[in-house]
Amino acid sequence: MIPAPFRHITVETVEEALAALVEFGDEARLLAGGHSLLPLMKLRLATPAVLIDISGISGMDTVQVDGDHLLVGALTRHRTLELSDLVAREAPLLGHVAGLVGDPQVRNRGTIGGSIAHADPAADLPCALVALDGVVGLRSVTGAQREVRAEEFFTGFWSSVMEPDEMITHFRIPRTGSAGWAYEKYTARAQDWATVAVACVAGRVVLGAMSDTPLRASAVEQAIASGATAAEAALTAHEGTNPSGDLRASAEYRAHLATVLTERVLLRSGYGI
Amino acid sequence: MSLVGARVLRKEDPRLLTGQGTFVDDIQPVGCLHAAFVMSSCAHAELVSIDARAALAMPGVVGVWTAADFLDYPDLPGGLPELERPALARNRVRFAGEPLAVVVAESRYQVADAVAAVEVEYQELDSVTDVTLAAGPDAPLLFEHHGSNVITKVPMLDDLERELERCDQRAHLRLVNQRCAAVPIEASACLADWGVEGLTLWATFQAPHHLRNYLATWLDLPQNLCRVIAPDVGGGFGAKIPWYPELFIAPLLSKWLRRPVKFTQTRSEAMVQMTHGRDQVHDVDVGFDNDGRIKALRFIISQNLGAYPDPTGLGLAVLTSWMAAGCYDIAKVATSFRTVVTNTTPVAAYRGAGRPEAAYSIERMVDLVALRTGLDPAEVRRRNFISPKAFPYKTHNDPVVYDSGDFPQALAECLRLVDYEEVRRRQAATRNDPDAPLIGVGLSCWLEIAGFGPNGSLEGFGHLASWESAQVRIHPDGSAVVFAGSSPHGQGHETTFAQIASDELGIPFDRISVRFGDTATVIQGIGTMGSRGVPTSGSAVKMASVTVLGRAKKIAAHLLEAAEEDLEVLDNAFSVRGTPGKKVSWGDVAWASFQPLRLPEELSAGSLEERLFMESPNFSYPSGAYACVVEIDRRTGRITIDKMVLIDDCGTVINPLLAEGQVHGGVAQGIAQALFEQVVFDPDSGQPQTTNLIDYLVPSAPDLPDYVAGRITTLCPNNPLGAKGIGESGAVGAPAAVVNAVLDALSGFGVEHLDMPVTSEKVWHVLQGGQQ
Repeated sequence: MIPAPFRHITVETVEEALAALVEFGDEARLLAGGHSLLPLMKLRLATPAVLIDISGISGMDTVQVDGDHLLVGALTRHRTLELSDLVAREAPLLGHVAGLVGDPQVRNRGTIGGSIAHADPAADLPCALVALDGVVGLRSVTGAQREVRAEEFFTGFWSSVMEPDEMITHFRIPRTGSAGWAYEKYTARAQDWATVAVACVAGRVVLGAMSDTPLRASAVEQAIASGATAAEAALTAHEGTNPSGDLRASAEYRAHLATVLTERVLLRSGYGI
Repeated sequence: MSLVGARVLRKEDPRLLTGQGTFVDDIQPVGCLHAAFVMSSCAHAELVSIDARAALAMPGVVGVWTAADFLDYPDLPGGLPELERPALARNRVRFAGEPLAVVVAESRYQVADAVAAVEVEYQELDSVTDVTLAAGPDAPLLFEHHGSNVITKVPMLDDLERELERCDQRAHLRLVNQRCAAVPIEASACLADWGVEGLTLWATFQAPHHLRNYLATWLDLPQNLCRVIAPDVGGGFGAKIPWYPELFIAPLLSKWLRRPVKFTQTRSEAMVQMTHGRDQVHDVDVGFDNDGRIKALRFIISQNLGAYPDPTGLGLAVLTSWMAAGCYDIAKVATSFRTVVTNTTPVAAYRGAGRPEAAYSIERMVDLVALRTGLDPAEVRRRNFISPKAFPYKTHNDPVVYDSGDFPQALAECLRLVDYEEVRRRQAATRNDPDAPLIGVGLSCWLEIAGFGPNGSLEGFGHLASWESAQVRIHPDGSAVVFAGSSPHGQGHETTFAQIASDELGIPFDRISVRFGDTATVIQGIGTMGSRGVPTSGSAVKMASVTVLGRAKKIAAHLLEAAEEDLEVLDNAFSVRGTPGKKVSWGDVAWASFQPLRLPEELSAGSLEERLFMESPNFSYPSGAYACVVEIDRRTGRITIDKMVLIDDCGTVINPLLAEGQVHGGVAQGIAQALFEQVVFDPDSGQPQTTNLIDYLVPSAPDLPDYVAGRITTLCPNNPLGAKGIGESGAVGAPAAVVNAVLDALSGFGVEHLDMPVTSEKVWHVLQGGQQ
């Protein structure tokens, strides 16, 4: 509950943030809303020597339409996504899922960039972002920018393709509009990390907490595409998954929950009826 | 109008809700140092070495002390001979998290860094965490010189085997009452300041006088120089009665360093260092006839004590054995228990302390009788209840004589409010509908022992006595201050005791303050525990107020030149009945009480003050009938509490608002035990697995139902208020109601019992037809 010593510096631009990342190297972590990083620091599971506070960078907390996509700033808070009419209209899954993160206090502080960078396979937004086929916008100190599909972004538990000198600047999220969608999250308590989560939108089905990254349920998607019922398709949900067993649930129970939740999201999304 | 029984808003809330409360950590004296403990990372080991060199070289570090520095001081008080807990582990560590060394630094952050830099070398030993395994022949021993991990053993004189056999049927269950953590919002904290005028220790504690008495002895300090203050206390639930190392070590460090020393526990530390509760295993046999009448009960208890026998921990199984038969008239009852040490955090009182365990098991057994006989669980209860005419009811254990109650009426009211017939109809109608959730309804007709106050009832737990004290003092303007010997940790003594005093004195509520928690200003007190606040402490306030009013009437009669018996107290004044206008205000009487020339002969100046020690002739026995309706998702096993009806009988209610709050909180903890919470240790390594609130599943408001609360009232004859206490009721009654509801919903699936916490996964296994 008492973090190890660290320096806290504030930056006002992306350039300053990236310069600081280069200056301090592995010692540094970016701080946005702090709702993943600070608890880890308090438990001394993370001990960065420098926190580069990016929460004061202006213009990175907005949501706008950009052609077929929504452009979402990395510092956009969960609460903003939850309450945005634009998000509700253009990518309703995103707003809904943002509204299920933690509790209102967490949602008022936490940011989508922070959640995605943290890359927790049991978190809500990574699962939703992969289901939405969103794109993560990254920038490095050289000025190089790249966009990585969310599906290719996550590489393992708390890890991603992001390089140490890169930061997330934005997300590009397809405007799924009226396409069928649903999200089911099974939790041990009302407010908790997912024991298992399943997101479905526009025919894409993604499982949360069933592996060390959010996992596309390709077998389910194929089954649906070839005319299977939701119940039939859901039976394949556990294929390729690697759930862990812990105090909240055994691997076997997680596999079962994945099947049930998948069937439910398929039906609610209008597939396999 | 009587204030007792009125929904008066809490006096303490404006302070607490606007952040103006004073908790230990809010007190920040100049020059304060900060202490933190190096904790054992092994569950069971010989200590080889503690290397503090790196820590000592860190910025701000003042020193590091180990057991070797405390050899002139005894072990922590109250333990059993040869089984005492040392203030810091000496040679041997017996649970993961046990303090080994204490570090002091200039700041909270520096001390945490330094603790992490202390290197400890262990020689690991085999550990044991399970009570049954620990009592077995091959278990590693915690105290070799004791020869066994079994510490106390009370066998039964007659195992009732013949009575059990003679019944039409018999049934057995092994019921595990899992270990829970109290999780008060404020973890342990203390601040010691040893100056030229002696020691002041601020501590978040339920019994400051109790602490003062033992601490002064331990320090060999006269009590006039040893002041203990419990300021605002952020919850306790029993975990702030036991002795912790910091309470003894912080004062010594302050003495040695000549500076204030503060210890503030983190949540992760609290999860392994604060005493846990429950952790009993019951083997229960009932013999019953086909008509559902229970004839014989055999109740065998194993209590996991954790690593060191705590005086309260040793007593938990006694209370469980006393309450084994609950509210039922069972001809033959036999109980036995043993207490066993294991390589786990010590176990002591947790809200209910031995009674929730008893209530849970007997209520599960009654449901099992219903299942086996095919009778409705409500009917089985009615057939076995102690009759309302049978009080005082002498039980199978001598000291336990139930005071009063009306169990049939409480159940009837509960069934009415839960709409029992309708729930049963709905249950039957949807049972075969695969798309509808399974519905279950569970009952818990519980009874507990409370109002700890009779001579001897607390002495066994190491307390000085069992009475509670109150002192009522009238100021010269006719306002009053009440000093209560019991010190609250969230109960609302400031409000309820002012209500009681206001009714007796005729002084307005707002002109009465209640003080407590400071051994320098409050005469000897005992503490707030065992649902004794109102029955014992409140009764003391009442009787002291009665005495003061009697003297005030004498003064008023003298001033008015009227007969005492003609006086009445109305509108903050004494007036003569039948003579309008002839009156004297409380303020005038109080003013006169300090002026010798205006007093009647028999009174002297300052006589409007009374202190009183209230001892009850017997315990109180709060009871109630709770019902829980659950819905179970047939696919996932998810349990949702649909409705929770709570009928309480706590005798006289001082403030319904606070009484309901107590029940809501207790029921929340009862539901938490039934469905969510469990302290887990790795069975091989003894490592605690639930060291934060991510892994230890404390539920929050959205997990809990709206409560439908009602009450019946039978008065307690053992105290002048007629009150039974309400603090622990919810935690005693709720677990069985919830678990019975889940088992009721699963009644078609061939399962007779599931241990707590009843998780959705356990239910899913049952729904799968799998083994549990």
